[in-house]
Amino acid sequence: MKNKPLHPGAAVEIRSAPHVKAPRSVEQIMRNVVYSLLPICGFFVFQYGISAAFSIVAITASCLATERFFVKTGTQSGSLSDFSATITGILLALTLPPGFPLWMGAVAGFIAIALGKALFGGIGFNVFNPALVGRAFVQAAFPVAIATYTPSFLPGRFGEFIPSSLAWPLMVPADTVAWLHAKQLDALSGATPLAKWKFDGILASAGELLSSMSGHMAVGPSPVLIILCGVYLALRRFMDWRIPLAIVGSAGLTAWILFAIDPHSYPNPFFMLFSGGLILGAVYMATDMATSPVTPGGMWVYGALIGLLTVLIRYYSGLPEGVMYAILLGNAATPLIERITQPTPFGKSGLLSPKRRATYPLHPEYISREEANAVTPKKKSFKPGKKS
Amino acid sequence: MSQSTPNASARNQTWDEFTEGLWRQNPVFVMMLGMCPTLAVTVSAVNALSMGLATAFVLVCSCALVSLMRKVVPKEVRIATYIVIIATFVTVVDYAIQMVSLALYDALGAFIQLIVVNCIILGRAEAHASKNPPWVASVNALGMGLGFTVGLFALGAVREILGAGSLFGISLFGADFQPWVVMVLPPGGFFVLGSWLLGFAWWEKRKQRLAGLQTPAERG
Repeated sequence: MKNKPLHPGAAVEIRSAPHVKAPRSVEQIMRNVVYSLLPICGFFVFQYGISAAFSIVAITASCLATERFFVKTGTQSGSLSDFSATITGILLALTLPPGFPLWMGAVAGFIAIALGKALFGGIGFNVFNPALVGRAFVQAAFPVAIATYTPSFLPGRFGEFIPSSLAWPLMVPADTVAWLHAKQLDALSGATPLAKWKFDGILASAGELLSSMSGHMAVGPSPVLIILCGVYLALRRFMDWRIPLAIVGSAGLTAWILFAIDPHSYPNPFFMLFSGGLILGAVYMATDMATSPVTPGGMWVYGALIGLLTVLIRYYSGLPEGVMYAILLGNAATPLIERITQPTPFGKSGLLSPKRRATYPLHPEYISREEANAVTPKKKSFKPGKKS
Repeated sequence: MSQSTPNASARNQTWDEFTEGLWRQNPVFVMMLGMCPTLAVTVSAVNALSMGLATAFVLVCSCALVSLMRKVVPKEVRIATYIVIIATFVTVVDYAIQMVSLALYDALGAFIQLIVVNCIILGRAEAHASKNPPWVASVNALGMGLGFTVGLFALGAVREILGAGSLFGISLFGADFQPWVVMVLPPGGFFVLGSWLLGFAWWEKRKQRLAGLQTPAERG
């Protein structure tokens, strides 16, 4: 009669499948993303020399200092060792021109963490990609400095700063055009391929853009390298492959349709894909876990939206580059996308049950804290958990 | 009010009425009223200050008049009466600013006329002036008006210093200053207002913590 336990005190853990043990923490994911960013940073420094190196270090330091301040004062969750601020800093540096004044970079880093992340409650709570928030701020605050690129592979780049890097805080950076003249390079060589196409009608070939190695083009790290690093992340499941694929596919398709309609006024789709920050944005920015949808269907919608918006902004707006705003808009649309792409629960599909979509609302705390206090309508299949 | 009230206590009460709008119930930072001119015209310190003073003038005059007429005006038509009174003083201010400086008038634009519908003025007329004697109402309105001016100036000064490197048109950092373009654009108004509110919230929290109180937001 007595059901005496065989091993008194030993707790039997009963769980449902799957029983695969995969210890995966935020720190581990973030650390691997940093590892995969290192070759890209190396290439960036190889392209632009000492200025790029200092830019990466200064911006990352600014992000980490801001993160430390907000973690220390207890106003946000997370810790410095979870590497998320490091990623923000590195990505921010990679999207900015290599000769961007260091003090402006520090401002961008501070805004990225303070406004983009700490204000929302720290890691995992941010609505927008912090790095892009920082970049959007300096884009609005210092529109001239952020559009001032310098050619890559300049001779003597490892011994000499780009003069604009070392501007005094709050002061106008030095003129890089005069500096380039002294090096017998014309000012046009400092424009990015996208700006050249948009304002001067000069088209760079897609092959050159893909490697970023030929000539003195003012471009970021090679798209091939970024894709390789992205493949590593996707293979180790640190990143979802659907989002970059959807972005590239949607941008390529939109550009290709426009190119097919009128080949004279629109560039070929490969130029669209490999110029600017599209690949970097698709692989590293749009895939930020906190700001992208979690449903597989939602990922496709999200990526398609970003790709379409990028091409539209590049073609029809005054700006040469549109990846940043496209991703920020995609981030803003993420909760809505998730709402319309809820998966069908098991047993809910079929001829007899008319509702094929999940009937439960999203967890109230998911959208905003304001809605968390709101009374959620009680549905049969939704049991609000008291955890979290 | 009554004869028996000691002089010191009466002065204290007047001081309380005055500081209510200046600090404790500051229209910009505490009550968050009149956000439209707050965000729109605070591009420079001069604009902010003149907008604040214009609003303060309208506020004091109309509150005094509303208070004087509080027993005459029927309850049913009071809002219409207030609006007419406020509109009268706004017209005065409107012409006065045109007379003083046409450049300033152009910079402030429609926001001078829009003082009519500024919720601080209508709110104070309804909530305070219509229930208090003229002296109390005007002192309170003066405090509110100056509080609004201080709030606008706090925004305008930061936006002008960062957006143009100057204060009241006087250059602070020399010719090489890099202007933060975003600060003179509409988003800059939101950023600066948010930062001030953040600062005040932090200050308030710190005061409560020092006093040994736990705010509800703090989870141990």
